[in-house]
Amino acid sequence: MTSNQVLSEVEFNVVGKRPIRPDGVDKVTGRAQYGADTNMTGALQAKVLRSPYPHARIKSIDVSKAEAFPGVKAVITAKDLPFAALSKEELGDGYTALKYASDHMMASDKVLFKGHPIAAIAAVNAHVAESAMALIQVDYEELESVVDVREAMKDGAPLVHEDLRTNDMGQISDKPSNIAAHMSYSTGDIDKGFAEADLVMEREYTTATVHQGYIEPHNSTAFWNTDGQLNIWTSTQGSFAVRAAVANVLRLPVSKIKVTPMEIGGGFGGKITAYLDAITAVLSKKAGVPVRTLMTRSEVFEASGPAPASWMRVKIGVKNNGKMTAVETDIAMDAGAYPGSPAMQAIVCAFACYDVTNGKVDGYDVVVNKPKTAAYRAPGSPQAAFGVESLIDEICGELKLDPIEFRLLNAAKEGTRRIEGLVAKRIGLVECLEAARDHDHYKSKLSGENTGRGVACGYWPNRGFQSSVVMTVHFDGTVSLLMGSVDIGGTRASIAQQTAETLGIAYEDVKPTIVDTDSIGYTFITGGSRTSFATGLAAITAADDVKEQMITRAAKIWDTSEDDIEYVNGTVSHKSDEELKFSFKDLARQLATTGGTISGRSNIDPTGEGNGYAVHLVDLKVDPETGKTDVTRYTAVQDAGKAVHPGYVEGQMQGGAVQGIGWALNEEYFFDPTGKMLNPTFLDYRMPTTLDLPMIDTVIVEVANPGHPYGVRGVGEPAIVPPMAAIGNAIHGATGHRMRSLPMTPGKILEAGWENGNSSGG
Amino acid sequence: MADVTQVKTTINGEEVNLLCEPRQSLLEVLRDVLGMTGTKEGCNDGNCGACTVILDGRIVDSCLVLGVEAEGKNITTIEGMASPEGLHPLQQSFLENASLQCGICTPGFLLASKSLLDQEPDADEGRIRHWLAGNLCRCTGYDKIVRAVLQVSKAK
Amino acid sequence: MEPFEFVSPSSIDEAVKILASNGDKVRIMAGGTDMLVQMRAGRRTAPLVVDVKGIPELNNVSYDASKGLTLGAAVPCYKIYQDKSLAATYPGLIDSASLIGGIQIQGRASIGGNICNAAPSGDSIPVVIALGGVCNIAGPNGTRQLPVEEFCTAPGRNALENGELLVSVFIPAPQAKSGATYQRFIPRNEMDIAVVGVGTSVVLDASGQNFVSARIALASVGPTPIFAKAAGDSLAGKAVSEEAIQQASELAMSAATPITDMRGTIRQRTHLVGVFTRRTLNNAIDRARGG
Repeated sequence: MTSNQVLSEVEFNVVGKRPIRPDGVDKVTGRAQYGADTNMTGALQAKVLRSPYPHARIKSIDVSKAEAFPGVKAVITAKDLPFAALSKEELGDGYTALKYASDHMMASDKVLFKGHPIAAIAAVNAHVAESAMALIQVDYEELESVVDVREAMKDGAPLVHEDLRTNDMGQISDKPSNIAAHMSYSTGDIDKGFAEADLVMEREYTTATVHQGYIEPHNSTAFWNTDGQLNIWTSTQGSFAVRAAVANVLRLPVSKIKVTPMEIGGGFGGKITAYLDAITAVLSKKAGVPVRTLMTRSEVFEASGPAPASWMRVKIGVKNNGKMTAVETDIAMDAGAYPGSPAMQAIVCAFACYDVTNGKVDGYDVVVNKPKTAAYRAPGSPQAAFGVESLIDEICGELKLDPIEFRLLNAAKEGTRRIEGLVAKRIGLVECLEAARDHDHYKSKLSGENTGRGVACGYWPNRGFQSSVVMTVHFDGTVSLLMGSVDIGGTRASIAQQTAETLGIAYEDVKPTIVDTDSIGYTFITGGSRTSFATGLAAITAADDVKEQMITRAAKIWDTSEDDIEYVNGTVSHKSDEELKFSFKDLARQLATTGGTISGRSNIDPTGEGNGYAVHLVDLKVDPETGKTDVTRYTAVQDAGKAVHPGYVEGQMQGGAVQGIGWALNEEYFFDPTGKMLNPTFLDYRMPTTLDLPMIDTVIVEVANPGHPYGVRGVGEPAIVPPMAAIGNAIHGATGHRMRSLPMTPGKILEAGWENGNSSGG
Repeated sequence: MADVTQVKTTINGEEVNLLCEPRQSLLEVLRDVLGMTGTKEGCNDGNCGACTVILDGRIVDSCLVLGVEAEGKNITTIEGMASPEGLHPLQQSFLENASLQCGICTPGFLLASKSLLDQEPDADEGRIRHWLAGNLCRCTGYDKIVRAVLQVSKAK
Repeated sequence: MEPFEFVSPSSIDEAVKILASNGDKVRIMAGGTDMLVQMRAGRRTAPLVVDVKGIPELNNVSYDASKGLTLGAAVPCYKIYQDKSLAATYPGLIDSASLIGGIQIQGRASIGGNICNAAPSGDSIPVVIALGGVCNIAGPNGTRQLPVEEFCTAPGRNALENGELLVSVFIPAPQAKSGATYQRFIPRNEMDIAVVGVGTSVVLDASGQNFVSARIALASVGPTPIFAKAAGDSLAGKAVSEEAIQQASELAMSAATPITDMRGTIRQRTHLVGVFTRRTLNNAIDRARGG
């Protein structure tokens, strides 16, 4: 019943194969060292005291009893962070940014969300630290909180930050507001476009706060030595991001801080923000020994960075043949306690699947008394797609158009200018739509009562940014590959494959290692679907550097010019003398006597990322008496550019699709009216289990990215974008109800039935 | 400091004497007392299965077992799954099927899968999905995990 | 978690002595799957934890075809559903035992513990009530029996007095042409707290066409599991029919006193009581007929 279809035009030796990942054995035997697995001599364990209120002024904190508790070695509050001693005058324009950064790690004057850190305790073990926490006396003045994004935008709403003013496309407003920013793009003439339409539909959609749901809680181990050197071992998507955050808040030069990225137990965007590292470091400084801090699961839910709840209005005008004439959307995203929601990405992604002549998109970044949101797989795009792709389905229903043909008619392609002005390079949306249309799943007949089929597409631009790689050729011809990109889901393999492909050697001869921030140049986070592309490109560039140096050595040995030598498929040979030829290994053996070992290196900041598109198909069944949805068949189609390791590409597509299924059906933060989360456990934050899912079929489409020598695009993000709308559209097919609010829980589906006049009898 | 209790137990075939506080869970004992960090903490309340171990032949969440309850028991952890001769077939199958991405849930899934196939060598997809429902994975969508277990199962 | 002492008595007498002399300072632990979570979250504290798994009577499973099943209070769920003869005799009990938590939880959690935890959503309680289960309680003054429907008194509270211990649950031997079922509604397919749970048992006459008696009990729609006596009684003597089942469902709905919380609304829960009363009755009837 499953099918994997790889559409590929180019054959490679290593790229495109499915080797076993280099870190695999350690991870199946329990040997891999994750952040919580550190075991430093004399290490203390720390706990963080967190605000029980979503919004309150801190009047006083008394830690004296906790400090006196047996086994407690250090207690800190925001007074122990450098910000406390810095004046507004000293900081100038940087004051607010540092206040937000420092206060997010530990609140100084106000708590802005339930779970906001107030103090931290390092003790001989976590139980002792926990007992001592109860002895810290905090006097709060509770303040009125604001939880809902639309409520927060209203005049007179309680202000999360008294001094925050709206940045409206560069203009700063004069009165305080919870709207941190308004952004807007437009193209063409939307009034004209809507006037030309045969059908105009406009709907509103909402989505709930959701969490990335990585299984490993946040953690940090720090040792601030007496010589001023600070070492941090942590689970992060970006060791350099942690270094920068800690350096900023602790006012240290980055060279004083070494961050060692441990194995990471999932991130999905949620492990970029450094929640624990700076406070763990300050505890270590105070205690004089290493300190380890681990979050509990409820701390992860309440005090890390979920993805924003959102509200959006979407308006689309079409001709009777389905051609879109104008589009418009307003999207408001809740940033949580500090500005920085992905409203910009949301408006950029909203209509990126379509060739739009007339369009206008507006985004609002809004603060509320909830944990500061963070990235979650294609940040902003899933919320936007839920609205746009649901409305398109509604239009297709109204006009009796096939949803895939509609999308093919309007699809963005190479040369399409998007609303924000960027022109698409070679992209694979049309190929994905065709693959979905031609797939057995779409051609099969939907059978049974209360069943429905849904289609939706999704977009993520993918990212470039800086990556650094160093590789060293050993005398036996094996290669060490050092990189700064942490490996969340198989990138050691995909980058080693690109290295082996470029050098023309065996995958097994490349040994990738992820190193600390002292040992490699700046490398941006593993996120945004950039690592296999950008760090892969860095590896290719470093391998090219190796190849050039190998040619130089051969030239030296053969006493000839480098121009006479070529390097093809791992063999270095004289262009005109067939006798003169070295395999990679043979030449490696000569390195010691011809000048020593060779290292290739690269520090790059590529811009040739190729946009990613996905199309998903879902069949499902809804129990009309309970409102419960069971997904019965699922197919994910996606343009990978080139799938370096198809197994892990499929894994990204499947994992993203399933996170989307959870987001669609059951996942949400329940808040009380003041903003306290009511369900901070995996029991009540309902992520899909094995029993909730069918196999997830995948179709990898390969439309080569011209910005990468092997055609690689990113693959991590696009798969989470289509599922919510695809499922909503299928639920409409099964029940006749249009669901415009996520998640589409059994309760909401029942309510929709009652609103539409179904009986409520048993 | 709280009093400690002596516990005599068997872990991965080796007799172990250890000292722990009654309030320490078996998970804490494994990780913090014995330094066996292959058993992972995901939720500490029995909802994710990352800390799964086999206790007297049954899988349990080690976060919901007290260390002192290990007295006289027989425990298998992920560190005891491979042998000097090589990986367990399930471990090999997980590698070949790309069944792990971040790998944090993997030890729990492997032990749960092992206990299933030890009892039901021909478990089919339905049984596998039922048996593994107490183990959460957020990376894979479970497809490749279920396939890896199916590959080792005698059910075809 | 605050420190506590841990003791494992090996007899009922020893346990009762410990319990009686420590009053409210003590918590009884069987599988620990609820208790340890509650203690870790600070919802329950106790300086002394008494592990009752070492007491033979609490691990005992004995079935007598003329009397019934005596199920030790600490017997983990898997031992119940792995017992093939129990599975054939008490399929309704198996429904519950095999859906509490996942396989890991079922390796530890017990029916007795589920009952003592007295959660309104306790998945084993409705069917045990429907089956006419009785709690065997030991205490400083000897033993006493209490119908399961009288055992849970409030959310998280039960009828055990100071020094008392639930030893076992007795479930009468099923009569001829009888059947029982437990089903619940959860948003996922596993690992959730019941939004609504319904346990029913029916006894049919020899023809299999008429109800002799029926018992219906509900979870998650009141402060404790609810014995919907009128709903079950309404079926006695009636022919098996959609109308009779519908009427019992409506009576069950009126017996429910749900609240609106994050897991469900009053309207949703009341509606689901009706749906699941009907579904479980139909299933129990099939089982009674040997289907």
